[in-house]
Amino acid sequence: MPCVGDWLNNPLSIVRGLFAQNVPNSDWEKKVTEYFKEKLKENNATNWVPSLNDVPVHYLKPNSLVKFRCMVQDMFDPEFYMGVYETVDSNTNARVLHFGKYRDVAECGPQQEIDLNSSQTVTLERQTFYCVPVPGESAWVKEISFFASQARVSPSTSYTPSRHKRSYEEDEDMDQHPSKQKEQHMGNNSGSDIHGCVEPKRLETEAPAGHNLISPNCSPPLDLNFPLPGEKGPACLVKVYESWESFKVNDVLEVYGILSVDPVLSIVNNEERDSSTLDPMECMDTAEEQRVHSPPASLVPRIHVILAQKLQHINPLLPACLKEEESKTCEFVSNFMSELSPVRAELLGFLTHALLGDSLAAEYLILHLISTVYARRDVLPLGKFTVNLSGCPRNSIFTEHIYRIIQQLVPASHLLQMTVESMNRSRFIPHKDYAANRLVSGVLQLASNTSLVVDETQLEQGQLDTTGVHNVTALGNLITWQKVDYDFNYHRMEFPCNINVLITSEGRSLLPSDCQVHLQPQIIPPNMEEYMSSLLTAVLPSVLNKFRIYLSLLRLLDYSISDEVTKAVEEDFVEMRKNDPESITADDLHKTLLVARFLSLSAGQTTLSRERWLRAKQLEALRKARLQQQCVNGNEL
Amino acid sequence: MSSPASTPSRRRGKRDRGSNPSTPQDARSPPSQKRRADDSTSTGDLQPMPTSPPAEVQSPGAGDALFSSPPQFRHSAIPLDFDISSPLTYGTPSSRVEGTPRSGVRGTPVRQRPDLGSARKARQVDLHSDGLAEDIVATDQSLGQKLVIWGTDVNVASCKEKFQRFLQRFIDPLDKEDEDIGLDLNEPRYMQRLQEINVVGEPFLNVNCDHLRSFDENLYRQLICYPQEVIPTFDMAANEIFFDRYPDSILEHQIQVRPYNALKTRNMRSLNPEDIDQLITISGMVIRSSQLIPEMQEAFFKCQVCAFTTRVEIDRGRIAEPSVCKNCNTTHSMALIHNRSMFSDKQMIKLQESPEDMPAGQTPHTVVLFAHNDLVDKVQPGDRVNVTGIYRAVPIRVNPRVSSVKSVYRTHIDVIHYRKTDSKRLHGVDEETEQKMFTEERVKILKELSKKADIYERLSLALAPSIYEHEDIKKGILLQLFGGSRKDFTHTGRGNFRAEINILLCGDPGTSKSQLLQYVYNLVPRGQYTSGKGSSAVGLTAYVMKDPETRQLVLQTGALVLSDNGICCIDEFDKMNESTRSVLHEVMEQQTLSIAKAGIICQLNARTSILAAANPIESQWNPKKTTIENIQLPHTLLSRFDLIFLMLDPRDEAYDRRLARHLVSLYYQSEEKMEEEYMDMAILRDYIAYARSYVNPRLSEEASQALIEAYVDMRKIGSGRGMVSAYPRQLESLIRLAEAHAKVRFSEKVEIIDVEEAKRLHREALKQSATDPRTGIVDISILTTGMSATARKRKEELAQALRKLIQSKGKTPSLKYQQLFDDLRAQSDTAVTKEMFEEALRALADDDFLTVTGKIVRLL
Repeated sequence: MPCVGDWLNNPLSIVRGLFAQNVPNSDWEKKVTEYFKEKLKENNATNWVPSLNDVPVHYLKPNSLVKFRCMVQDMFDPEFYMGVYETVDSNTNARVLHFGKYRDVAECGPQQEIDLNSSQTVTLERQTFYCVPVPGESAWVKEISFFASQARVSPSTSYTPSRHKRSYEEDEDMDQHPSKQKEQHMGNNSGSDIHGCVEPKRLETEAPAGHNLISPNCSPPLDLNFPLPGEKGPACLVKVYESWESFKVNDVLEVYGILSVDPVLSIVNNEERDSSTLDPMECMDTAEEQRVHSPPASLVPRIHVILAQKLQHINPLLPACLKEEESKTCEFVSNFMSELSPVRAELLGFLTHALLGDSLAAEYLILHLISTVYARRDVLPLGKFTVNLSGCPRNSIFTEHIYRIIQQLVPASHLLQMTVESMNRSRFIPHKDYAANRLVSGVLQLASNTSLVVDETQLEQGQLDTTGVHNVTALGNLITWQKVDYDFNYHRMEFPCNINVLITSEGRSLLPSDCQVHLQPQIIPPNMEEYMSSLLTAVLPSVLNKFRIYLSLLRLLDYSISDEVTKAVEEDFVEMRKNDPESITADDLHKTLLVARFLSLSAGQTTLSRERWLRAKQLEALRKARLQQQCVNGNEL
Repeated sequence: MSSPASTPSRRRGKRDRGSNPSTPQDARSPPSQKRRADDSTSTGDLQPMPTSPPAEVQSPGAGDALFSSPPQFRHSAIPLDFDISSPLTYGTPSSRVEGTPRSGVRGTPVRQRPDLGSARKARQVDLHSDGLAEDIVATDQSLGQKLVIWGTDVNVASCKEKFQRFLQRFIDPLDKEDEDIGLDLNEPRYMQRLQEINVVGEPFLNVNCDHLRSFDENLYRQLICYPQEVIPTFDMAANEIFFDRYPDSILEHQIQVRPYNALKTRNMRSLNPEDIDQLITISGMVIRSSQLIPEMQEAFFKCQVCAFTTRVEIDRGRIAEPSVCKNCNTTHSMALIHNRSMFSDKQMIKLQESPEDMPAGQTPHTVVLFAHNDLVDKVQPGDRVNVTGIYRAVPIRVNPRVSSVKSVYRTHIDVIHYRKTDSKRLHGVDEETEQKMFTEERVKILKELSKKADIYERLSLALAPSIYEHEDIKKGILLQLFGGSRKDFTHTGRGNFRAEINILLCGDPGTSKSQLLQYVYNLVPRGQYTSGKGSSAVGLTAYVMKDPETRQLVLQTGALVLSDNGICCIDEFDKMNESTRSVLHEVMEQQTLSIAKAGIICQLNARTSILAAANPIESQWNPKKTTIENIQLPHTLLSRFDLIFLMLDPRDEAYDRRLARHLVSLYYQSEEKMEEEYMDMAILRDYIAYARSYVNPRLSEEASQALIEAYVDMRKIGSGRGMVSAYPRQLESLIRLAEAHAKVRFSEKVEIIDVEEAKRLHREALKQSATDPRTGIVDISILTTGMSATARKRKEELAQALRKLIQSKGKTPSLKYQQLFDDLRAQSDTAVTKEMFEEALRALADDDFLTVTGKIVRLL
């Protein structure tokens, strides 16, 4: 009987047990997933599973159960593997059946040899995803989820919470603490004697493999292909065994699986490279491709997925899945809904302060932050709400601070400084590198509901070169159609996305936007820096958390318009057109409807009421008046 | 030692593994037997093959050795050199006996087929007398029938016989392929092919698997499941027939049969472990090809001591180095002599899924191909190809010297046949390859749809449902998507008639013109989307580039050429600069693009429909001006558009109300509901693709009559007022529209209703775009000459009035500009604007009546 900790520390032994019980029929696979599903359903069991997001790879036990919250950055080709294979003992001729699922290397004892011709062999297929941590994930998301699991980090790991700060440093500190590492492994081994045949070898080879990574004789440091520059965290090769067709590039997943950092994988790598001159069959992958597709396991660990689910959001303050009709989530939602309006008022006040006392802009900012593409009508994305905040003070740190505040509120965000230089130099669109056979990421490869803040105030006059033009066009396409055309060299491919873009600029932005709000600062703080940072420190963490829940939750609500209100809106539109056919177009109706939608949602209402519609019209009128005023002023100047 | 070319695991894995993974047929056969078969090198006594004594029938292992290697006993007919070098020596018909009069075959060496793999090589044994073999084949025919190749249900003799029958008898007069030029379709197709081989000397026989399937389902299944065994048998059969017929023919090597178009797999994504070791056909795009890899087939060793030489063949990817010299018994004295060893060509190619096959939101899959011998360098990166080959999976060894194995297989395809799908695009016969594969059910659905009476309305509703109303515009675009029938008048010197319909949308900004364009671009498989502002003439047409590495000039094609047979959507047409627009003249009428640049002079096909959108010059459409004046496009270009639509913001309450309701519904309807309401985009796409490739309507008698009448009517309207209101171009447009409408109905005949709709649509578009704002009369000359007839008349009158005015002033050499203007205004009974006045002055200046210098008008 496997004890409680076994499914966490040594899931393979569970699998082995289930395999042995159920062979030769093939439903052992189903049994395995069911078993783990049950285990994870238990009270807070998910928190017991160490997460690769929080704990550095070298503190995790190899072959233990881990979880990983990540975005699918690239998909590799499916691979065929030995699902079931047979080994023959060279001395006794005893034949043993093994399973190859959830493993990288076919296990086989020192005296055993794999019988490649066995009739028992079953070939199966699995898919590999290259996953990176969610790009632009806010620090608070990491922190909160870290502390959630922290309390119960499994005692068998020698990992101590105090070392958290170091955790994101790469494998360098592995070298500094080789003894610690060994110790750790020794500890691990004692628990799992079944692994005896593989483990000794592992121990011998681990250290040199680590050295190789940094030593100069090895190829240049591995590019982990993060979409955003300066990102940290582990990238993972996630091996998916079931229904991989349902996952798409840029999906955010949470996977539970078996961590595999078998150093043999890295050795395979090195050896193959050395012998590639000898072996034409092996060189069918170029060196680059090899590096990308089988990087050293210590840098890019493998996870053999037992359970995987798409995440609707990555906000750890919310229950993971809101669509499920569980009483717990319902309760959570209704509880929060009851105190919605004070939260909204508080948030509005907070953002008004952040926007230098402009409450209209703050109102629009809330609408922007809860906007999401909820449907696509043929090519037209519905529900995107790109706001252009014009009239921002130039050359000040204003945008940066706005970004910092947004970062505190949303789970994932990125600040894009638009300068001629950065436009010309960086690569926004992901493109396929055929030599390495991978999708090289770009800034615009972001997960759904990421907030992208574009700072146009820094833009100076200058010439854009080809890359620059491409980048600006891509950004424009992203805003208008909510899609990015990935460059596959011989053709382009469209990837729909759902990114909230906020543009800050002095005048009207050169990028398209759904709505331009001209900022009218009421207060000019003498010291912007101080003002802004005091603003953030003044907010209580509990209030901040409420803001976070508010913004993430409202995005997921459904919305409808009753027939009555539809009629009223119709009447209204016809009336407006009658009075002033020049200035009211279908486009305006679109915008007002959008504003009305998000306005209703922001108040927690899932249907449009007449009052909200009027309020939306009022807001739009205010906004337009401001723009017109701005125009007049501009002309006078 | 393993030679450089050796591949430690491949051969073995290829053959052996094949049986293991889930290929159901193979599962029956215990692997131990297979191993025995492989080892049969030593069992020389199995040799006299098909002729084997009845006793052996009972032993499957032996039977395998016999029948799976039928070619081996034919060696004697071949010069020794070839004999040894070619391990897979099938192909020479077994009836070739020494001394037969038909000795031509002896000049034709066999050539091994690395594409099929050569696991059987190991079983090769020394030659036996053929004569004996033949006799027994003849006598033991009945016995032979029962023998099958080990692990399969293939009987060599019957398989061969069936295939020969297929070659000799297969006729399908209806199935026309583009390679079939010069074939008499009522004669056995493949016999003609063999004749061709005799003439041309290219010893490859391409066999369409579809033909084979319709001829003999079972044989086809065998081919798909056991290509490695069946194809050599086919080779044998083909060669037998060939050398029977053309005994004196000498080929480079023996004929190799290359099946293609296997139906097993079409899409790379659907490859799965079941396909391993089967014959598959997949389509994709070549993304990378490797250097040529010489693969050692036979090593040449020489003893360092006594200079004794020996040859060793590759065996399952390895060369066994002789450790002892047979001659002098020195150990480890044998050295490999590279330049006397035999190598074969091999190339690694990466194939990527074609973009159309990919599900949205996923990255394309790739698969590795190995091309051998003459297939090396047949394709370049960027080519779209259909590949037929055998799917292989090989285990990866962690370390060649260690027995542990990574649990992952490496997969690749050994290429047997390539078929490029887009190379013909430049030649213009691409309909055949363009055809999407429609399943029968799909075709049935489409045909049913086409029978609906309101299919035209239905389709136009399905088009861009998010864009409100503008039904006529949608209908116009729908007809554009279908296109007319292509007519060839080359023999009468007029070249091809354009079948594509060009449409211009102009109107107020914010009337979702761009959205419509974007929709069309997304709908059609070969669409291009450009913006007038951002495109240059070069980007639209083609440009010549110098490759920095090879210093070679390369022709890069632009949007127009890329959208050949598709639709080129050009947004902000008015913002396009003059020189860029001028390129369109040729494209829009002649449907070709001429390039004369950097020493490259050529004419490319650009049979593209153009869907353009233009904004009015004054940002808002001025209803008081003509179309030309509003969008400022040259009339030469405008007249090339079949339909010009105005997308105006109608100031109409009822419209507003409907629009509002439509928009509001967008904001709360769930996605599922939307799907239900409208025809799915995929169906629409298939419907159009099907109509485009299969329906080719011709004008019926009545329809032609109706068209003539319509045209005459149009001419008449104008002639009443002394102007021409229709030109032959308009008639051509009408024909195209009528044809397109017939295509919508899947009708092979253009009938009256088609003409009626074409007339209606054409009139509708004219009404919108060619109405003279001053008179309210539809006036085609606005589009053809850029000015309405009345405007032209008025201009002339004004010039005459001015002339009279000046003449009435008597003999003054010069006049003040402003004064003259005032005088004219005073005299004229209609308002004269400054522009009109200037125009009149210019007209007079053209007549050499006066010159204008600054503010002074001088008489001449």
